[in-house]
Amino acid sequence: MGMTIIEKMLSRKAGLGTVSVGDVVVVDVDMTVLIDLQFSTMWIPPIRIHDPDKLAIVMDHAVPAPTIKDAAGGPHARKFASDFGVKRFYDVGRHGICHQVIAENGLARPGEVLACSDSHTCAGGAYNTVARGLGPAEVYSIMCTGTTWYQIAPTIRYELEGVKPSVVSGKDIFLHIANEYGDAANLNLEFGGPGLAGIPMHDRRTIATQGAEVSADFSTFEADAVLTEFFDELGISDYIAADPDPDANYRDVRRIDLTALQPYVARPGTVSRNGLPVSELNRQRIDQAFIGSCANGQLEDLEIAANVLRGNTIAPGVRLLVTPASQAVYRDAMRRGYLQDIADAGGVVTNSTCGACFGYHMGVVGPGEVCITSSTRNFTGRMGSAEAEIFMASPATVAASAITGYITDPRSVTA
Amino acid sequence: MRFTGKVWVFGDDLNTDAMYPGFAMKMEPSDAAKHIFYEVRPGWTDEVSAGDIVMAGKNFGVGSSRPVAALFAELGVTGLVAEEFNSLFFRNAVNAGLPAMTVPEATTTFSDGDVGTFDLSDGSWRNDTTGACGAVPKLPELILDIITSGGVLPRLAAQGYVPAELGDVLRSSSVAMRSAGSGA
Repeated sequence: MGMTIIEKMLSRKAGLGTVSVGDVVVVDVDMTVLIDLQFSTMWIPPIRIHDPDKLAIVMDHAVPAPTIKDAAGGPHARKFASDFGVKRFYDVGRHGICHQVIAENGLARPGEVLACSDSHTCAGGAYNTVARGLGPAEVYSIMCTGTTWYQIAPTIRYELEGVKPSVVSGKDIFLHIANEYGDAANLNLEFGGPGLAGIPMHDRRTIATQGAEVSADFSTFEADAVLTEFFDELGISDYIAADPDPDANYRDVRRIDLTALQPYVARPGTVSRNGLPVSELNRQRIDQAFIGSCANGQLEDLEIAANVLRGNTIAPGVRLLVTPASQAVYRDAMRRGYLQDIADAGGVVTNSTCGACFGYHMGVVGPGEVCITSSTRNFTGRMGSAEAEIFMASPATVAASAITGYITDPRSVTA
Repeated sequence: MRFTGKVWVFGDDLNTDAMYPGFAMKMEPSDAAKHIFYEVRPGWTDEVSAGDIVMAGKNFGVGSSRPVAALFAELGVTGLVAEEFNSLFFRNAVNAGLPAMTVPEATTTFSDGDVGTFDLSDGSWRNDTTGACGAVPKLPELILDIITSGGVLPRLAAQGYVPAELGDVLRSSSVAMRSAGSGA
C-alpha cells in the first residue's frame, strides 16, 4: 500500500519501511524551537539537553514585555542560551513570530521533523516538513531527549486545480475550505495538484498554519519547483523532500477549483462551516481592523495591504493595526515603503509580536466592539473581551474594510 | 489508570480560549484556573470539586498549546473524557499526566452529576449512576507509560535531565506547568 506525504516522512524518520494509520512511531527531532512564554514562569534549567545545535529560541508572544512576569522570562532565556551555547537565539531586535523566524532561517526543512511549543507549528507543513502543534511540556522534553512520538492519522487530500484570481489569497482558499468541509480533528491535511504551482509560498504558509483552526494534526504541502526556489534563495539544498505515492490511501480526496474562488469572510466564533463570500455579507460595521500573525503578517501580506491603502484614508472611528511577522519583515516593509503607505493612510504599525492575535497586548478589543482580522482565530474572547465580535478575512479584505468602515470586498475599493 | 468521579458534561467544540483565555495567561496558574469556562459556564470553577471529571462532546480542546490540562489539575479535576479530542489538547493532557479517554457516546450516556468510572488500562468505562457501560480501544503502551509516570517532566527527572529531587514535586501539574512554561 502506498503512503501519503506525512506517512512517507514519518516512516523514513522512524526507520521503518512503511507505516499505517493508527501506528505510533518514535522519531528523532531535527529542530526544536522554544518560545518566550516557556521562560516567563518558574523556568527550571535542565541539567543536560540533547543538542544545542538542534535548538532555537525565539522571543515572540510577549515582546517587548507587557507584564513583569513576561519581563522576568527574558533573563531566563538569555542565561539558558548562554549556558548551553544555543547559537540560534532570536532575541528582541532580531526576533519575530516563531513560524516566520523558522521560515526565514530555513529551520523547517523538507522531510525533516520540527518541534515547537506553539499550536501553529503546522505552518512548517508549507515547507514539506513534519511539523504539528505541540505543548510546552512536550517541547521541553524534546529539548532534553531529542525524540518524540506521533500517531499516524488518516489523511485528507486537497487537489488544487486551476488558477486563482489575483485578489484571492491563501486566506480565502483556507476560509473556503473551512466553510465547505468543516473540522478535521485527528486527521491530516495534504495539499497538492496541478494548481499548486500557482500558489506562492506565503499563501501556502497561511493555509498550512490554519490547519490548527480546523483541528487537524499535520497540514503538509507537496514539494515542487516553487519550494525548491524558496530554499535555493536561502542557500539550502541538503534535504530530501517527500512526495505521496500514486496509490496512497486517503480518507477523502477533495478537488478545489481555484478559478471559482473569491474573497471570503468567517463570522465570529469559528471558521468551520461559518463563512461566506464577502460580497454576500450584509453591511457589517467595524471598530478594529488587524493585519498580522504567523498566518498573515508576512511581507507579501503587508504589500497587499499597502497596495489597497495607498492614497486612501482609514474611516473615522476605525483603527487599523498592522503587525509585521518578524523584525526582518518589518525592515523589508519599511525599505519598500509599505509601512509608510500604511501609516500615511492612518494605520498603526506595531513591533513584531504575536500581540493582538492572542488577545494579550498590542490591540485588545473591548466589549461590544467588532474586529475584522487576518490573524489566526476568531474564537469568542480570543482577541480580548468575550463580548467583542471577531470576523476573519484576508489582508486585502481587512485593509479595504478599514477604509470604508464596514466589511468590504477588496475588489470594490480603489485609490 | 482508573479514575472515578462526578461528571460535568459540556458540549462540542470547546476551544482553548474558552478554558484558558489570553488575559488569564498573565496570572499565576492558581488564579488562571479560576477562568476555565468563564464565558461558557460562568461560576463553574466554584462548583467543581477535587476528584471530579470533565466530559465534553466533539472536537474538545481545538486551538492553542496553552497547558489547559495543568489548569484542570489545579482545580483537582481527575480526568478528561470526550467524544473526540483535538490531538494537541489530548497530548497536553497525557504530557501533564492527566488521564484522558475518548468515549464516542459520552455526552449521550452521561448527565451532569452522574458518577463515572473510566479505566485506561483496559479501555472500559461505566456510568455508575445509570449502569450504562462500554469499552473503547486501549491507548498505545507508550502513551499509557507517560500518563502513569505523571507526565513527561517526572520522567525527565528520573532520566537525569532535570534535578532528581524535583521528581515528586513535578508530579504536580501546576508545578510542572510553571517549570515548562506556556505555549500558545
